[in-house]
Amino acid sequence: MKFLEHKAKEIFARYGIPVPRGIVASKPEEITDPPLPCMVKAQVLVGGRGKAGGIRPAETLEEARQVAGQILGMDIHGYRVKQVYLEERLSIAKELYLGLTIDRSAREPLLMTTAMGGMDVEEVPREDLFMEHVPAMIGIQPYILRSLAGALSIERDIAEQVASIARRAYDLFRKEDAELVEINPLIVTGGGRVIAGDAKLVIDDSAEYRHPEYANLDQDRTPLEQEAHDKGIVFIQLDGDIGVIANGAGLTMATLDALALKGGRGGVFLDLGGTDDPAKVKQAFELLIKANPSVILVNIFGGITKADTVATGVKQAIDEMHAKVPVVARIKGVNESAAKEILRSIGTHAAETIEEAAELAVRVKLGGP
Amino acid sequence: MQGITGHQGQFHTRAMLDFGTKVVAGVTPGKAGIKVEGVPVFDRVRDAVRRRKANASIVFVPAPYAKDAAVEAVEAGIKLLVIVTERIPFHDSLDLVPYARSKGTVVIGPNCPGLASPGQSKMGIMPNLLFKEGDAGVISRSGTLTYEIVNAMTRAGFGQSTCIGIGGDPIIGTSMVEALALFQKDRSTKRIVLVGEIGGTAEEEAADFIRRRVTKPVVAYVAGRSAPPGKRMGHAGAIIQAGKGTAESKVKAFADAGVPVAQYPSEVATLLASTL
Repeated sequence: MKFLEHKAKEIFARYGIPVPRGIVASKPEEITDPPLPCMVKAQVLVGGRGKAGGIRPAETLEEARQVAGQILGMDIHGYRVKQVYLEERLSIAKELYLGLTIDRSAREPLLMTTAMGGMDVEEVPREDLFMEHVPAMIGIQPYILRSLAGALSIERDIAEQVASIARRAYDLFRKEDAELVEINPLIVTGGGRVIAGDAKLVIDDSAEYRHPEYANLDQDRTPLEQEAHDKGIVFIQLDGDIGVIANGAGLTMATLDALALKGGRGGVFLDLGGTDDPAKVKQAFELLIKANPSVILVNIFGGITKADTVATGVKQAIDEMHAKVPVVARIKGVNESAAKEILRSIGTHAAETIEEAAELAVRVKLGGP
Repeated sequence: MQGITGHQGQFHTRAMLDFGTKVVAGVTPGKAGIKVEGVPVFDRVRDAVRRRKANASIVFVPAPYAKDAAVEAVEAGIKLLVIVTERIPFHDSLDLVPYARSKGTVVIGPNCPGLASPGQSKMGIMPNLLFKEGDAGVISRSGTLTYEIVNAMTRAGFGQSTCIGIGGDPIIGTSMVEALALFQKDRSTKRIVLVGEIGGTAEEEAADFIRRRVTKPVVAYVAGRSAPPGKRMGHAGAIIQAGKGTAESKVKAFADAGVPVAQYPSEVATLLASTL
């Protein structure tokens, strides 16, 4: 789950991390009392909005409305701006960076900071980045905060504020099941206060069940992706025109790769995962048909998911929707022969290997047999 | 077998018994006294260890209860723990995995198809029929893709010594490098197959380890070569990965380590033929 800046800041504030005052608006006329002078900031679930023109200053109410009107509806890296956040403008003495994520190799959270905050933090030379692992079993310790404050070479009072924010950010990271907590820039104001200028927060999708309060956040999915998500189906729309349904993320990716090597392009990525319920397969296949692909490529390796369960679901979906879309099917594993029989009865094109299936899908799409 | 009375637990108890695994006990709280596929069920892992001498455990319980089940197993003295469960919150794994390792328990997974040594034993969900005894060790981050590749190997006459599904989660108990080190030591393994995918830096680290420490021939497959780059939120991930993590980076790292990389899963068998 990704969070818009204003929502992330609301959560930051709950953990005692200082954030600027601000208001949210989805139409210019909703803006009545912005903190002036202010920054008008596009609310999108992607980085790089400053460079794209999605963050601009305003001095008066009129100007704030005018700028908001220009930013609302903008397209930023494929995301349409539906909301703006109008935030008090701070006097900036310094811009720091603070980030928390996991280091897979070390199997521990990693705390990162640098005095060179702002845009393009990944360009900062390694020696100017402070990185310290936090042993998750024990939690954040004072030595980590001491060395963090030391690494930034800033005045003591400022360093103490940064250390306090780091401790609170870590608390949030753990309690909210975060994958990423990032403050860039972490602003040191002219008055010597440390405030989160931006807020990036991503929460582990697998932990959604213990954070029901975030269940209805807009994740900028396509309508079909949203429908799939609500039904618990992994469904991602891509640029191509061939619908791919497979079981398991690795096998689904391998199928898309094979398609690409044969000159085709996946239009939908549907990972059936481990299910042995034909009704769920039917639901998934219906979504795939709704995405209107030129061909559907089914690639199932039966294990937990039995091959004939998938075939039954596919048949039911095609029968009920009277679908005319050609289907290329490659089915292996548990109950393979029963599955092949069912698929033959509905006129699918059968293939034995992934390569063959990919080649056949491209040929069928071009009108071949 | 923790979670033995569930639908999956029951099915895979049968499959594991058929494979030759000595399944001595099942655990489901509140179900002590019954039998599943002839295997006695207990309320607690401790009882299974005391009464039936269980020394390894496979966790089939749903994600919200998996951490509880795994910690219970470690505390009961289990030294090999396979966690099949998918979608365990990774903060649970952040607690659980380092804890289990610090207690000397080897963890495979979570979110993995498990372990299989054909002709001996299986702790996992891989279909029995795929396997054939042989001298190739398989290490994989993926589930069904492993089946695909093992199937292609078996058909081409390349049997397996052991197949380790290390799991696809960000935090896993046994890394690709650790699995490689085990196969390098294992006398019954003469060649190694690595199945990787995009994301993380496990493949790059594996390639580096192979260059320095592995003398047995290794071949690889990497899934996700056609995947579009994901839309990023922050910088932290990019800083950690430092340009690694993409399919190109992984394929190049393997090539630099002298590891041939298959374009299609089935091509792994062809590449193995060149290691004879």
